[in-house]
Amino acid sequence: MFGLRFERAGMAIVGAGECGTRAAYALREAGYNGPVTLIGDEASLPYERPPLSKPSNRGIEHKLICDTAQLEAAGITYLPGTRVTSLDSARKVISLDKQGHLPYERLLLATGATPRRLTCPGGELTHVLRTLEDAKRLYEMASTGARFAIIGAGLIGMELAACLKKLGIDVTVIDVATRPLGRAVPDVLARRIHERHVEEGVKFRFDAIVEEIDKFGVRLTDKSLVAADVVITAIGVAPNISLAKASGVSTQDGVLVDAFLRTSASDIFAAGDCARLDLGAGKTARYETWRNARVQGEIAARNMAGGAQPITTQPWFWSDQYELGLQVVGLPSRDHVNITRHLVDGAEIVFFLDEHGRLAAAAGLGPGGAIAKDIRLAEMLIDTQVSLDTKLLADPTVSLKSFLKRTQLA
Amino acid sequence: MAQWVEACSTEAIEQEEVIRFDFGGRTFAIFRSPEDEYFCTDGLCTHEKVHLADGLVMDNTIECPKHDGVFDYKTGEALRMPPCVDLKTYQAKIEDGRVWIEI
Repeated sequence: MFGLRFERAGMAIVGAGECGTRAAYALREAGYNGPVTLIGDEASLPYERPPLSKPSNRGIEHKLICDTAQLEAAGITYLPGTRVTSLDSARKVISLDKQGHLPYERLLLATGATPRRLTCPGGELTHVLRTLEDAKRLYEMASTGARFAIIGAGLIGMELAACLKKLGIDVTVIDVATRPLGRAVPDVLARRIHERHVEEGVKFRFDAIVEEIDKFGVRLTDKSLVAADVVITAIGVAPNISLAKASGVSTQDGVLVDAFLRTSASDIFAAGDCARLDLGAGKTARYETWRNARVQGEIAARNMAGGAQPITTQPWFWSDQYELGLQVVGLPSRDHVNITRHLVDGAEIVFFLDEHGRLAAAAGLGPGGAIAKDIRLAEMLIDTQVSLDTKLLADPTVSLKSFLKRTQLA
Repeated sequence: MAQWVEACSTEAIEQEEVIRFDFGGRTFAIFRSPEDEYFCTDGLCTHEKVHLADGLVMDNTIECPKHDGVFDYKTGEALRMPPCVDLKTYQAKIEDGRVWIEI
């Protein structure tokens, strides 16, 4: 076995999800013309993960980010089904399980994250959803009409519950918290989503602690049993940092990066789910969203190609459950003042203002894409850092665009 | 065969805005530019089949409500990934305060 042979060491990207793949293209868009190698541990061509928990009537959508011809056209060498077994940051070379060694000029860690597992007895009997293979397995079991229990009422757990319910499956969602969707979604919207699920017949067990999983289902510490044929754990993910850690790159629940997405090792960058970003003032954050994966991948690539662009984009995510579309931009906090704007068809937006009356975050819920436009405008308003009139903000007849125009004129 | 279809009143669309228009099992997006010109494109984003009418119009661009994709609604050109496929555009004209599109 011998290594890949390029005339010069180029850019190597470890991880071929949304982040790594976007980075590969962004290197080309930034004018980099040396070798670009994209290394993924799954067999498929790079694909989009969000559709996996939002299947339509047509089943799971295996939506490719790009095909072989497109990768070739961009001059990207794609290595599927390949693991990086070690990283030598001093010699600037990685070892691959299949292709020997690959020297690099600069390296991007876009290694993503892995679903957390339950540590209780029987935890190994549960399933997770992260990859296309996971999704295929789950929907195959769903087609048999099995009863499902989902442990974790976060975004993945709730989206999955909605999908399974649409297929006519008996679903119970179990969570240790008293309501779904944790801190990511404001109370009032989380409650509405919860109600919508109940209306559809999804059962919930909140305030519940799992004691054991067995062939009958999930046993809780109050000694009750949630009967289930299939148990899924959706209790969050852990960043894939072992490669970075083993090579001495600084990690702490994520690969630590500065605003330029540089790690502690020279010429090594990290982005996406695996990266923990320095926000300054001793604060750090790791984001597990589709857009963050794209944006960080893009910016890391530009900086690898010689740029010096810091991350300034607001975190943003969306979720679809039944006919409801949810979008959140920015980081809502308990210290923020909440202002609600009611739109038509029951859609609503909650704005979060900081102590100076500036918009810090916004969350919207409504049918289809009803709130999309306003959330996008809210994002632009967050960037302006201008204090906003709370009365006008609550008034749906005042377009958010007019706030923006006003600040641009000012 | 293309045909001219009466879609809506010119006042049904605000300046620098978009509406959805469904006809014959198809869905379209009709735009009114900041200069009060009217344009028509296919109604769904070429990336994820999301209604563009839910997206944000800024100058001559429409941003997909889901995935950051941006199109020039005057030419249909995909300006930002993920969509790599341009939007199909259609002729639009105004007659007696009504917007007509050729589809």
